[in-house]
Amino acid sequence: MTQSGMRRAEPWLALAGAVALVAVAWAAPWLRFILTLALAKGIAVLGILLLLRAGQVSFGHAMYAAIGAYVVAFAAPSMGDVLVLLPLAMLTAGVVGLVIGLFITRYREIFFSMLNLALSMVLYSLLEKFYAITKGSDGIRVAPLSIAGMPMDGPMAAWVMFGTALAVAAIFWWVARRYLVSPMGEALSAIKTRETRLEFMGVSARGVLLVAYVLSALMAGAAGAIIAMTTRHVTPLLAYWTSSGELVFIAILGGAGGVLGPFLGAVTYELIRVYAAAAFADIWQMALGLALLAVILFAPGGVWGVIAALLRRARVS
Amino acid sequence: MITWFNENGLLLGLALLDGLAYAALVFMVSVGLNLVFGVLRVLNVAHGSFYAIGAYAAATLGGLAGLPAWASLPMLLLAAVLVGLLLGPVIERVLLRRIYSEEPVIQLLVTFALFMILEDAQKLVWGVQPVSNDAAVRLLGTVDVPFAGDVIPFTAYQLFLLPGVALATLVGLAWFLRRTLTGRVIVAVTVDREAATAIGIDAKKVFLLTFTAGAVLAALGGALASPTTSLVPGIGAQTIVLSFAVIATAGLGQIEGAALTALLIGLGRSVAVYFAPELEVVVPYLIMVAVLLVRPQGLFGAAEARRV
Repeated sequence: MTQSGMRRAEPWLALAGAVALVAVAWAAPWLRFILTLALAKGIAVLGILLLLRAGQVSFGHAMYAAIGAYVVAFAAPSMGDVLVLLPLAMLTAGVVGLVIGLFITRYREIFFSMLNLALSMVLYSLLEKFYAITKGSDGIRVAPLSIAGMPMDGPMAAWVMFGTALAVAAIFWWVARRYLVSPMGEALSAIKTRETRLEFMGVSARGVLLVAYVLSALMAGAAGAIIAMTTRHVTPLLAYWTSSGELVFIAILGGAGGVLGPFLGAVTYELIRVYAAAAFADIWQMALGLALLAVILFAPGGVWGVIAALLRRARVS
Repeated sequence: MITWFNENGLLLGLALLDGLAYAALVFMVSVGLNLVFGVLRVLNVAHGSFYAIGAYAAATLGGLAGLPAWASLPMLLLAAVLVGLLLGPVIERVLLRRIYSEEPVIQLLVTFALFMILEDAQKLVWGVQPVSNDAAVRLLGTVDVPFAGDVIPFTAYQLFLLPGVALATLVGLAWFLRRTLTGRVIVAVTVDREAATAIGIDAKKVFLLTFTAGAVLAALGGALASPTTSLVPGIGAQTIVLSFAVIATAGLGQIEGAALTALLIGLGRSVAVYFAPELEVVVPYLIMVAVLLVRPQGLFGAAEARRV
């Protein structure tokens, strides 16, 4: 199957995936929570994927998820409506992303990665040290929420959050898909291959990267907001480097080839984690590291790459 | 100003002494990271793990039963050399050698994965409870440092040994790289890998040597730090981020520049510890961001031509 053939098949795969998720969430209510978190992480990973297209990897994007989450925690007592909190969290993360992006898009490769890491560690330590405002490492409990004026509780709240995550994921999936085939998106991959030629054509590479960066911050902000509203508790750990590493890990696991990759990666990751965390409680990071090495060295296309190869084979035979 | 100094002078003196000792440690780690990056062109995210493992190993070796008190100092060195020689060559040969031709993103991810693995390996061996062993500090005792008409009692270990070792490393490394044949070969590979290989330099050997040297330096930084602090999980992450801040601020490939920047960042951080504790972790990054905004190539780095 050709590249464009894969692209055409993608919406059907996405639909099938969404139906499968709803079915699983229906059949196994305890998995609904896990899947909501997986979808939220998938949204953040989609942002990582955009940056990967430009050949840049951010080791600090959990910072934007943490911003989204803390916006929810701070704003929930006064305006606890999901439909207000979600855009507010995204907007805040996006504005911070714009300010940081203006500075950070001057850098590439390791500088880009490590500056993001450094900034996220700054946010982490600020969240931890300013106890009076953020309650430090104890974190903040998110006040009761409502949606469109209706208070949320029990199973209804879980379904609302699952539905919200699915809807937001679908919207961003569509946005990312359109964005990547737009001139702006094509220019993004040109940053990876030959940035100077892009500039010879009169395109500002910084501008192109900035758009992707702000978009990725928005996505991470949305993810953080959903995580905060689902777990109802936010801590500085959301901004810690391990959380950022997790996002990059999921991006590689899912495969950077298609926009479905992040969601495949996130669901795979969360499910493996639920079942494996019990078995490897103490060496969880080590297992992740080994898996990451295995994927990079032996299956560079990730889960998406494996599925694409299977589809191709099915089409041939 | 004068009244401020009368009230806070001693605190400032303590901050400066602390900052000097801290800068010495930061220099040891960042100069290794810098060297490895210069030669291999791979930013080793796991460099901080060598620091952490060196520190833990030193605490364990120094705490062996029946060890005479004077032995605690050589044990620090022994721990660092052991860790560097055991981990460095294995990691270079088994893992890094496979990825020299890969994209920078992949190289970063591989060392990041290695970092995750080593982080847990540490927890498996030494647990998550704080580990400490200050035998070496107690051995050397304290000195009264005259400051602004007063005296500050300060440990001789932090006052003389740490800056001493750092200075010796700086001078020794500069001499090694500029005056010995092996050192010049390393510099040649750093400047132009292709040309160096073309005149018959075995780049693989140079990579192995440099990576091992970097690992020993990081482990030595950790080993020297171990008597002055208690070791907890997460020091590896802190260290890699901090040493990256140092080499990015200094400019990649600078040895003397890294020393001055380590001093700047070390002093900045310890002044923050005493006068604005909540900013402690933030100060190094503020310095880095401020420098990079004005000079993207770093304080001492030469501007590099863009690759076409």
